[in-house]
Amino acid sequence: MSPGPGFLKRSRPRYGEGAIKVLLVAAALVSVLTTVGIVIALIPSAVDFFREVGFGEFITGTDWSPLFSPPHFGVLPLVTGTLMVTLIALVVAVPLGLGAAVYLSEYAHRRVRAFFKPMLEVLAGIPTVVYGFFALTAITPLLQDIWPVGDPPQVFNALSAGFVMGIMIIPTVASLAEDSMNAVPNDLRDGAYALGSSRMQVATRVVFPAALSGIVAAIVLGISRAIGETMIVAIAAGGRPNLSFNPLEGMQTMTAFIAAAGIGDLPTGSIGYRTIFAVGLLLFVMTLVMNLVSIRLVRKYREVYE
Amino acid sequence: MTPPPDSSGGTRIPQVTYHGAPSLAEPVFEVGSLSVFYGAHEAVRDVNMTIGRRQITAMIGPSGCGKSTMIRCFNRMNDLIPGARVVGKIRYHNEDLYGRDVDPIEVRRRIGMVFQKPNPFPKSIYDNIAYGPRVGGFKGNLDDLVEETLTHAALWDEVKDKLKTSALALSGGQQQRLCIARTIAVKPEVILMDEPCSALDPIATMKIEDLMEQLAQEFTIIVVTHNMQQAARVSDRTAFFTADVDDKGERHGRLVEYDETERIFSNPSNQRTEDYISGRFG
Repeated sequence: MSPGPGFLKRSRPRYGEGAIKVLLVAAALVSVLTTVGIVIALIPSAVDFFREVGFGEFITGTDWSPLFSPPHFGVLPLVTGTLMVTLIALVVAVPLGLGAAVYLSEYAHRRVRAFFKPMLEVLAGIPTVVYGFFALTAITPLLQDIWPVGDPPQVFNALSAGFVMGIMIIPTVASLAEDSMNAVPNDLRDGAYALGSSRMQVATRVVFPAALSGIVAAIVLGISRAIGETMIVAIAAGGRPNLSFNPLEGMQTMTAFIAAAGIGDLPTGSIGYRTIFAVGLLLFVMTLVMNLVSIRLVRKYREVYE
Repeated sequence: MTPPPDSSGGTRIPQVTYHGAPSLAEPVFEVGSLSVFYGAHEAVRDVNMTIGRRQITAMIGPSGCGKSTMIRCFNRMNDLIPGARVVGKIRYHNEDLYGRDVDPIEVRRRIGMVFQKPNPFPKSIYDNIAYGPRVGGFKGNLDDLVEETLTHAALWDEVKDKLKTSALALSGGQQQRLCIARTIAVKPEVILMDEPCSALDPIATMKIEDLMEQLAQEFTIIVVTHNMQQAARVSDRTAFFTADVDDKGERHGRLVEYDETERIFSNPSNQRTEDYISGRFG
């Protein structure tokens, strides 16, 4: 007996399906719209700022004292402060983070990994203000005590802020890089072992290149966190803009300036107030450029395994 | 079956009954009372066999009979599996393969392996071949070695114009031949092949089989295969494994019969072998 016509029609209504999709799209849109909203919010005040201060003066000036009179709007001291602290953080976080990732992915016993990885991620959950005071009250005095040659670090200095920031981003780098190495198929490891590779050779010559895109993403995320980190630098690196390449001196970063100016008593619409937006926009552009560059680098060097 | 006698050198008499003299080659491996455990589970039980030099030895048998486990013992790939443990002896040119001071890396440079699924590195064709020599500290002209190796593996004409392109752009059959080439680039003595054609179409399979026969002039080859025709076509000797199920429902692989391929397929002495090759079981 053949079924009647139209027997392939939907047999019972599926409400919910459409509503769920709308909700999910909304969830995805929140972060995109927020980003767009931030840029839109930054631009008008930043444009007002650049009407009064030349872009050339802003980007090449070496004196940052927007709230003094006469004011100076050279952002370079903040940029070098940011880059200095970030660089120190990376010097700490990249080798240690990737080392931890290689260990957990390629060397550690399953049970060791099951213990260490959550521990590592706990480190990422410590509030940054705690790290900041750790830098100021533990690392800086320690550095001052053990400093072997020349003048010891100042009370506020880029070195201990950067160092502690590096410790802070180790879990980010290690965890993401480990995920990416762990995702490399075991087939490739077997193939490499069968050719007489040592564990180290398998890790560095096969797994690492295959996982490169994830590893770079991990580092980029670490850099982004370092550039954007505010609390540690505000507490431990000091609040004085300082165009210097000496990490033992205090220096202000872009984020620390924004925080300090933002919680101050600047009248809305004043030039001092608008500097916040100009610096914020520059920070945004810097992170964006870094992301774009790293995407290109990854495309060029990664080894796609599937 | 009795285990082979301990060391004491000299020519060894193979422990499994041989019916024909011609294929009695110089032994490369002598396996004595070998069992493999995964944790507490005994996956392969009490295997005794001798592998002859420059022969193709096929291992056949139903799924779960331990033949892949068995082949991974010959280059100590089982070391990499957590919980795997080997009991008994494998002698490789009279050296105990599982001896205390044996370096598995040295073992694997002499005993290469090709896997079920082609697994070229996500690198260029050139770098795939050069990988083994590089990690082994090869000093010499890599370009020449790559060309020589690819020619040897009958792949040179197909890939000579695209050595710098990714190996993953090759077809599955070419990838597998590249993996064979990659293996012979380190100049091993033995090549282990764990179902090398199971992911390939019949034409690619045929090319691999041709290559195997050609390589058998210089290399000792052990091949695990699901395909009995393949065993019949390429191998000199065939080992038939099967699985015994114990009262707890666990499967234990064991070697049932090991003989010249021709005899295994025409006149096996064991009923289970005959059932398997005639398709009545497995």
